[in-house]
Amino acid sequence: MPKLPELVCPAGSLPALKTAIDHGADAVYMGLKNETNARNFAGLNFDEKSATAGIRYAHDKGRKVLMAINTFAQGVDISRWQRAVDQAADLGVDAVILADLGLMDYASRRHPNLRLHMSVQSSATNYEAVNLARDLFGVQRAVLPRVLTLDQVGHVIRHTDVEIEVFGFGSLCVMVEGRCLLSSYATGESPNTHGVCSPAKFVRWEQNGNTTSARLNDILIDQYGQNEPAGYPTLCKGRFEVQGDTYYALEEPTSLNVLEMLPQIIDIGVSAIKVEGRQRSPAYVAQVAKTLREAIDTAGREMQRFSVKPAWQAALGKLAEGQQQTLGAYNRPWK
Amino acid sequence: MRVPDITLPPIIASIASKLPATPPTLALVTALNQLVKRGVLPAEMELLAGKRFEVDVLDAGIKLRFAADEARFSVDQSTQAPDLRFAANLADLARMMLREEDPDTLFFNRKLVIEGDTELGLIVKNLLDSVDWSDTPLARFMAV
Repeated sequence: MPKLPELVCPAGSLPALKTAIDHGADAVYMGLKNETNARNFAGLNFDEKSATAGIRYAHDKGRKVLMAINTFAQGVDISRWQRAVDQAADLGVDAVILADLGLMDYASRRHPNLRLHMSVQSSATNYEAVNLARDLFGVQRAVLPRVLTLDQVGHVIRHTDVEIEVFGFGSLCVMVEGRCLLSSYATGESPNTHGVCSPAKFVRWEQNGNTTSARLNDILIDQYGQNEPAGYPTLCKGRFEVQGDTYYALEEPTSLNVLEMLPQIIDIGVSAIKVEGRQRSPAYVAQVAKTLREAIDTAGREMQRFSVKPAWQAALGKLAEGQQQTLGAYNRPWK
Repeated sequence: MRVPDITLPPIIASIASKLPATPPTLALVTALNQLVKRGVLPAEMELLAGKRFEVDVLDAGIKLRFAADEARFSVDQSTQAPDLRFAANLADLARMMLREEDPDTLFFNRKLVIEGDTELGLIVKNLLDSVDWSDTPLARFMAV
């Protein structure tokens, strides 16, 4: 049997972390309650106490905990990001997931034994960038942006000894990983500066009969009729009037789902498969972890004979944002 | 144990909406206050203080209105609009509370309506998610 990729699941709370582990995650990733991570939502994430409990729970069961410190340290005062790295090291996480090069430098000097993962937010799309991060900071794993075809992922893997992690399931966006400032045009805040795409304090849902309107800082970004599926209130997934047509002018709400290409992902030597969604609840984490655990194990056993079970597709389809699931950039026959 | 896929018949709502909503609301706030007191519900009350909430059980025709101050929850007798309103059918609310279903999933599928202060909604949602039921007798009712 080929070496299986690790299943890396999201945890926005201690119950989500425990649930992920109980349902088959090899590792969970989490963040602190501040702007040092890209899911800086009110009430979400870990403090010292819950992080300690979560790490103990995972380690007792032989699983790993990764801490995402994956926003970009702002120039005026980067001490909060450095403190987050120190805290991760003190807590005994198995790795930190970093995006900012300055922070990687800090972590590698201050905590030489702390394992470094390069975040998707670093936007390293080629092996030269990955190898440079290895040579400069000792990075041991890189999470690839969701813009490469599977062939291109394979090309990166063949030219580096750094472990490669790819996304396997979850909401997609416009995928200008680590460079998206779109929400700052409406709210003054963006994921890379404040750790959140559409800050909740700017979001208003209005119910008018059976129509739901979504407003971001008073700007109408979408309206959903009765039984029409809704999405997250982000600018990139809004419907806008362009030359008389109202439609998803930037991106449709869509979810990535790689079930059907699991044998190829295993075959090219991907080290880890990541699930999006630290903002989601324990129920989501349970269902995704259980489904992907079963699917990855089956794909590893069956490889070429592997076929996707309808029950897996149904389980993931129900959880997905938007009514379509795609292979994303992994499958671009036209290259 | 899974919550069955049922919607209450309209007759229930037409009867229940004529009954006083205070008893079920009182039961809810009493339970909430107990959970806070015992440290099961890790509520940062200062974030909730001064806010009014409404849980609208659509098919049961019941509106549970309550408020929070720095220390506790209480029945909200006022007629003021709530700061935050959740509305869904009983089965979907039960699925959410028992962690069978993720609130975002229900929201995407238009089975859950959230209105008002979205940030407050997120605080409440994440508060419910962060409760570690495994240390309580209620654990056996939870799906996960």
